Amino acid sequence: MLFNGCALAYSPPPRMTDIRDRQADIIVVGGGLVGSAIAYGLTRHASRVMLLDEGDRAFRATRGNFGLVWVQSKGDGAPHYTHWTRNSQERWADFAAELKARTGVDTHHENNGGLTLCLSESEFLDRRSLMERHRRDAGNRGFEYKMLRLQELRELVPEAGDSVYGASFTPYDGTANPLFTLRAVHQGFDKLGGVYRPDHAVASIAHRDGIFRVETRHGTYEAPRVVIAAGNMTPGLARQVGMEIPLNPQRGEILVTERVAPFMRLPTQNMRQTVEGSIIMGDSKEDVGFDTSTDTSVISDIAARAVTAFPILRDVPVVRAWAALRVLSPDGLPIYAASEECPGAFATICHSGVTLAAAHANELGGWLMGADRPEAIAKLGPERFHVS
Amino acid sequence: MFRRLETASPVETVTVTVGGKPVTLPRGETAAAALVAAGEATGRTTPITGAPRGPYCMMGVCFDCLVMIDGAPNRQACMTEIRDGMRIERQVGARRIGG
Repeated sequence: MLFNGCALAYSPPPRMTDIRDRQADIIVVGGGLVGSAIAYGLTRHASRVMLLDEGDRAFRATRGNFGLVWVQSKGDGAPHYTHWTRNSQERWADFAAELKARTGVDTHHENNGGLTLCLSESEFLDRRSLMERHRRDAGNRGFEYKMLRLQELRELVPEAGDSVYGASFTPYDGTANPLFTLRAVHQGFDKLGGVYRPDHAVASIAHRDGIFRVETRHGTYEAPRVVIAAGNMTPGLARQVGMEIPLNPQRGEILVTERVAPFMRLPTQNMRQTVEGSIIMGDSKEDVGFDTSTDTSVISDIAARAVTAFPILRDVPVVRAWAALRVLSPDGLPIYAASEECPGAFATICHSGVTLAAAHANELGGWLMGADRPEAIAKLGPERFHVS
Repeated sequence: MFRRLETASPVETVTVTVGGKPVTLPRGETAAAALVAAGEATGRTTPITGAPRGPYCMMGVCFDCLVMIDGAPNRQACMTEIRDGMRIERQVGARRIGG
């Protein structure tokens, strides 16, 4: 929020600090959901974990997120990504319960299954082929899905419109409120003894004598290990410690309606009803660089598609719309990188920070503190983009 | 609870109903003003907990004054100018859609 050109967000002046406040076992750069979940998990592996966060003025994908904990359609042709996604999805209920117990914050996590609507027979057949490939790739783990024609779909969501041909359903999908999740992870990190520093955008990172010196406008912080999880700002910082992280921002716009009585029992890939009753709709994919403005033609397309899917939304007013930037690698999959040039430096980017939060909190800490890389992310390194 | 300030000259008036009860106010006032003039502190109840809510910010930002106006749900009373015969009714919980 701006007032007379000044940011109203409170920015405390740099304060005198004890040297211990400047040193950590490991520093995480980036306080969105990816960096925060990693930092939260690291508290089990290191006694002094520091999280440096630019704050909400950043291109905060967490803030613009749609809030799905989603499995179906993730990882076509990349079963290792599907497995990683499902690892996280299977951990989410426990993760949500742990956060609730630790902080009192309810993430609104639900796992009732989810739908992807198909508007024509050919979309339906393509979808069925995709679901079948997932089932085949899942091997012994199994992958349950159902292809529902309109009549069966209406047993789950009676309000589906006549233009809907059918849908795919899997029981793995669900939702969570990304804002409450971020709040819970921040509070949990604090309660676990982590050190959180807001308003600490990182300007540069230098590596000397096995120590990383991380520069912010409030001074320098030092640690023998550093994790860069700074969303779309990751490549520039990662390069300074010897890692090439290819990524492109991708704009997505989201619309929110006024609150209405519950009618959507299940989320779809681009529409869901929150616990409070608002309908959220979205899923545009726009290549516009670092532009977070909204576009009325995109907004009207999203609204038109929502009304096609659920005609009863026709007279429900939209009260807000926003745009945010996804953090997307060239193949759409996450990147987990360890620097060879500067041992102890790591970088992570992904566009599914909500879905993967439970895996990030539970499965990366050991690796980041020196243990072997988890097999589950062995194929998700940046090497896959290198031309040999 | 609320008392109208004296006006210097007689003004043109409009009559609306609040919960079926006729209320007469100066032209140009809002449905939220009609609500408080009728002595109704509560214009709606919230969708989740059913807590009572009434006009608060009077400038279109808090959405606490949502009411039914002429049968349309979730109208911001403070942003709606009154017309003769307007029906203003309490909204209970979230609006239902699609009958």
